[in-house]
Amino acid sequence: MLTTIRDLFRFSPSFRFGSLILIVVAAFVLLSAFSPYEEDRLRRKVKRNQPPSADFVFGTTSQGQDVFWSLTFAIRNTLIISGIAVFIGRGIGVTLGMISGYLGGIFDRAAQSIVESVIVVPRLPLLILIGSILRGSLTMFTLGILIGILDWAYPSKRYRAQVLSLRERDFTHTAVFSGMGSFKIVLREHLPFIIPFLLADVISGFLFSIGIEVTLSYLGLANLDSPTIGTMIYWGNYYQSIPAGRPWVMVVPMVTAILMVLGFYLMSVGLGEYLDPRKRLVRLTAHAGEEAEDDDPRKEKDDVWAP
Amino acid sequence: MNLLRTYILPRILQWALVIFVGISATFLIPRLSPINPVDEMIGRMTAFASIDPHAVVSMRESATALFGLEGTLLEQYGRFWARLFTGDLGVSFGNFPRPVSDIIAAGLPWTIGLLSVAILISWVSGVFLGALAGYFHDRRWAQVLERFVVVVYPIPYLIIAFVLIFVFAWWLKWFPLVGGSRGQPGLTWDYISTLLYFGFLPALSLVIGSTAFRFIMAKSLTTTEIASDYVQYAELAAVPKRKIILFYVARNTMLPQVTDLALSLGALFEGALITEVLFAYPGLGFVLYNAIYNADYNIIMGITLLSIAGIATASLLIDLLYPIFDPRVRLR
Repeated sequence: MLTTIRDLFRFSPSFRFGSLILIVVAAFVLLSAFSPYEEDRLRRKVKRNQPPSADFVFGTTSQGQDVFWSLTFAIRNTLIISGIAVFIGRGIGVTLGMISGYLGGIFDRAAQSIVESVIVVPRLPLLILIGSILRGSLTMFTLGILIGILDWAYPSKRYRAQVLSLRERDFTHTAVFSGMGSFKIVLREHLPFIIPFLLADVISGFLFSIGIEVTLSYLGLANLDSPTIGTMIYWGNYYQSIPAGRPWVMVVPMVTAILMVLGFYLMSVGLGEYLDPRKRLVRLTAHAGEEAEDDDPRKEKDDVWAP
Repeated sequence: MNLLRTYILPRILQWALVIFVGISATFLIPRLSPINPVDEMIGRMTAFASIDPHAVVSMRESATALFGLEGTLLEQYGRFWARLFTGDLGVSFGNFPRPVSDIIAAGLPWTIGLLSVAILISWVSGVFLGALAGYFHDRRWAQVLERFVVVVYPIPYLIIAFVLIFVFAWWLKWFPLVGGSRGQPGLTWDYISTLLYFGFLPALSLVIGSTAFRFIMAKSLTTTEIASDYVQYAELAAVPKRKIILFYVARNTMLPQVTDLALSLGALFEGALITEVLFAYPGLGFVLYNAIYNADYNIIMGITLLSIAGIATASLLIDLLYPIFDPRVRLR
């Protein structure tokens, strides 16, 4: 795992850049713990409508909120919502995809037809329907769960494909013939292939969830009292901050959202290049000496990650 | 005949399953909620006036009937389907006696118009720009273009649209802030030019995001394609570069893009919903947005149903047309 990350840092500029952005984002999350204000009492704390200055780094809103400290909470909350969504979505996706890949047969066919159906169902209208019915009672956690429940079909299809290809590989047959138990094969031999794949998938899950969170909050369907990136944009728009000459109130959360997704996306681009066997071969031949001691199973010169 | 059995029939069955599951979900979800829409409605109506208790009771009865909430869950489900088959989606609560199907029919042409133009432009430009940038991957302009696309692609759609609105409609005042057209509807140039004028920014916001997606996909497909033997042979045979890209490479990369179009229709439709909310464009998304604010459940359900059925049908059509594009499917 560590060697993987070290390699990524060394060879992939987009991964390096993406993780730098995310480190800054993480610093904001940590800062939220040191906020002079409480999360649910941000209003009427500071002078209103102040432009960015030394006292208020990102200015203040018309409601007397310090944008900088609101932002620290907002980033944290948006990441919590996305984290829950990703955990649930990938949880269902990995489990279903791997089980149907390994079991095959009727279970696989039934699961696949369900997955195929769920993929085509448009998610936003369903989310809007659920959100508008639960309006008011939708907390950060239920929102995360809701997004997660609707985002598992596509990942599960990809895990199934991975398992199907792993099952037919020579080393699996070797392990079976040498008497290794199937549980052990899955844990020891296959999981190392699945994990980097899962990492890339988790990142794309974050991209999706952040986008949905911003959208639903903008529509007024999330819990508008807890600061998130989406609710900051919602309130900024609600109090007409740009026409009233307070662009910082909206520009700050928007730029943050862009940077967050960009950070995640660049990391996934770097990871995707890493997983691409053609590019890995180039790297391996260029740095053959350095990696000789590496016993990472992912380094096999094999087409397992080929699309 | 073989094609029918192995390809077309399973696909149609799947289409029916999707619609069945989607419609059942839209039926169940509102009924699982702890909030009773009848009480909500009566609460809103009696909030500012005192009403005779008998009137409230009869109001509750008629509202229950209106929502289709009489009897057991199974009976409701049966009636729900029966009503759907007769095209009855109930009435709107916001604009009371107007049927939901009327309101949807008024918004639908706007959404379909906006969406089809945006899909067409973004698909064609994404596929060709991606093929060009993939083929000339070591040129300066291709690298600049790719950097730009990589930055634009992950940005949430909402933010792209917001930036466009504030820069081009509010700050520079080049385009109108709200609305879909001006003047008397008709086939006159005056009316059509306002349609284009009002529709430009919403369409542009949709085109940006989906072109970026197509571009990234087309470029990675092209990178694989140009390594293949036939391209090298064509280059050695001094076939003009334009011909190699347009007739050989781009055509081969189009196949996965066609399949993917079916899958991404849902995402585009979702984008269009938000577009219409932001630009106050008079399509389904705008209707939906207002319905959310008025807790107009029948409209929300109607639009959800329609979008599920519409997207499932559109992707069925694309998949059924697929054998025309890909001769290999025909052979099998």
